[in-house]
Amino acid sequence: MTLQGKDLLGLLHKTESEIEYILDTAVPMKEIISRPLKKVPTLRGRTIVNVFYEPSTRTRTSFELAAKYLSADSVNISGSASSVVKGESLVDTARTVKALGADIIVVRHAMAGAAELMARTVSASVINAGDGAHEHPTQALLDMFTVREAKGTLKGLEVAIIGDITHSRVARSDIWGFSRMGARVRVCGPPTMIPHGIDTMGCKIFDKVEDALEGADVVIVLRIQNERQQQGLFPGLREYANMYGINSKRLGLAAPDALLMHPGPINRGVELTGEVADGQQSLIETQVTNGVAVRMAILYLLAGGGDANVPVD
Amino acid sequence: MGVEKGMREKARIMDQQGIGRALTRIAHEIIERNKGTDNLVIIGIRRRGVPLASRLAERIKEIEGSSVPVGVLDITLYRDDLSTLSQQPVVHQTEVKFSVQDKKVVLVDDVLYTGRTIRAALDAIIDLGRPSVIQLAALVDRGHRELPIRADYVGKNVPTSRKEVIAVQLEEIDGEDGVLILENG
Repeated sequence: MTLQGKDLLGLLHKTESEIEYILDTAVPMKEIISRPLKKVPTLRGRTIVNVFYEPSTRTRTSFELAAKYLSADSVNISGSASSVVKGESLVDTARTVKALGADIIVVRHAMAGAAELMARTVSASVINAGDGAHEHPTQALLDMFTVREAKGTLKGLEVAIIGDITHSRVARSDIWGFSRMGARVRVCGPPTMIPHGIDTMGCKIFDKVEDALEGADVVIVLRIQNERQQQGLFPGLREYANMYGINSKRLGLAAPDALLMHPGPINRGVELTGEVADGQQSLIETQVTNGVAVRMAILYLLAGGGDANVPVD
Repeated sequence: MGVEKGMREKARIMDQQGIGRALTRIAHEIIERNKGTDNLVIIGIRRRGVPLASRLAERIKEIEGSSVPVGVLDITLYRDDLSTLSQQPVVHQTEVKFSVQDKKVVLVDDVLYTGRTIRAALDAIIDLGRPSVIQLAALVDRGHRELPIRADYVGKNVPTSRKEVIAVQLEEIDGEDGVLILENG
C-alpha cells in the first residue's frame, strides 16, 4: 500500500484505500503518544518546516509535536515574522525553505491553491494545513479517525455539518472525505453561508437545523467567525445562536449515541453551548489528541524516499 | 517469514511435532533460567513471534500453573533502513499492556538472522521502560549475524547460505506448522 504522489494537498482525489491506509497508520501512532516516553526514532535526520501565513495554534503545534515525536527536526516560519512581509513570493519562499534542507513543508495560506503551487515548485513533500476556503485535509482525516475510533466504521453514518459552510475549508475536506468513506453528509447553516451548488459535492442541504440533526450519528459544528457578521452574512451572534446554535435540546434530536465534534477554537454560547461542548457526547478534546496521531501517520507515510526495494514482512 | 513467490522448497526441517517439542523445551529453559515466573513477561515480535510468544506462555502455564503476561511488539518505526526504502513499510500497533519496568522480558521471534530486527526490538522495548533483563528466544537461528547479538533460547540451529530463505509457517497465520528452507528456482 502506498499514497499517490509526494504531497497531501486535499482529499478530493484521495481514494478510499488511501484514506483508510492513513487512518490505519494513525492507530499505532496514537499508542505512541499515550506512552510515558513519547518518542520513536523513525524520522531522525528529516527536516520538517511549518510555513504558516495565517495564525494557528492547534494545527501548527500539532504538526510540530507530531514531527518531534517521530524524532524529526521541525522549524516554524510565520508569515508575519519572515521575509514574506518584505515581499517574497510564495514560490520563492518554497524554494528557499527547500534550499534550507526541508524534506517536508507544511503550509497554511489564505489563498486556495497555495499548497498546490508550492508542491509544483519544489521536490520536497508539501502538506496542506489549510488553503483559503478550499481544503484542510489533515483536519478531515482526524475527524474521520475520531469517528472511526468511536463507531468502528464510517460506512452508512449520517454526518451533519452545521455552520458557515461557504468559508470553511474543514467542511469541504470533511464532505469529500466522509462521503468517500461511505458516510452520508448533511450540511446546514444560514442561507448566506451555504454556497450555491454545494450539493453537487454529494451532500444534502437542510434549511432548518432541527431537520439536519434528526437522527444524525455525528454532528460537526463549525466555528462562526465574528468578522462574517460585519459582512452582513448573519444579523448577530445571539441571533445565530438562536437559529443554529447547538444546545442539549437540539443535540437530543440526533441519534442517542451521536458524537459532537468541533475543529476549534470554539465560541462558547454561539455555535454551541458550554453544556454540550463539555458534555458526554463531546469528542472535542479527543479530536485534538487524535490530530497529533493522524499527522504523525501522514509525516511517516510521506517521508519515504529512498530507492531500495526491500520486501517488507 | 512465509513462503515467497518464485521460491522452491529445498528441505522441510521442522514439522508440527518438531516445533511443539522445541517450544516445550524452551518453556522449561525459560522457567529454569529465571527460577520460576516471578516478574516474567513474554513479548512477541510481529508477525510470527506473536503466536510463538502465546504458545510459550501456554506451556509455561501448564508447567508452572501461573500466567505470564504476553505483549506484541511492532518494530517498524525502529528499523534502521527506513531512509533507504522507496516505500514506507506498514506500521502495526505495539500492544504491551503491562509495564516492563524492572521485569524479566523474554523477546520472541521466529528466525534470528542478521540481528537487525532484534536491535530494533531492544530499542522499542527500552522506550517502554527499563526491564531488569531482556532475553531472546528464537525458533530458528540461521546464522549470518551483522550485529553482536545472540539468542538465549534456540529451537533449532540451522546452517544456511545467504541465498536461502527460511520460511516459518505457523497454524495461526499460515494454517499449518512447519519450517522450510527455500531457494530461488
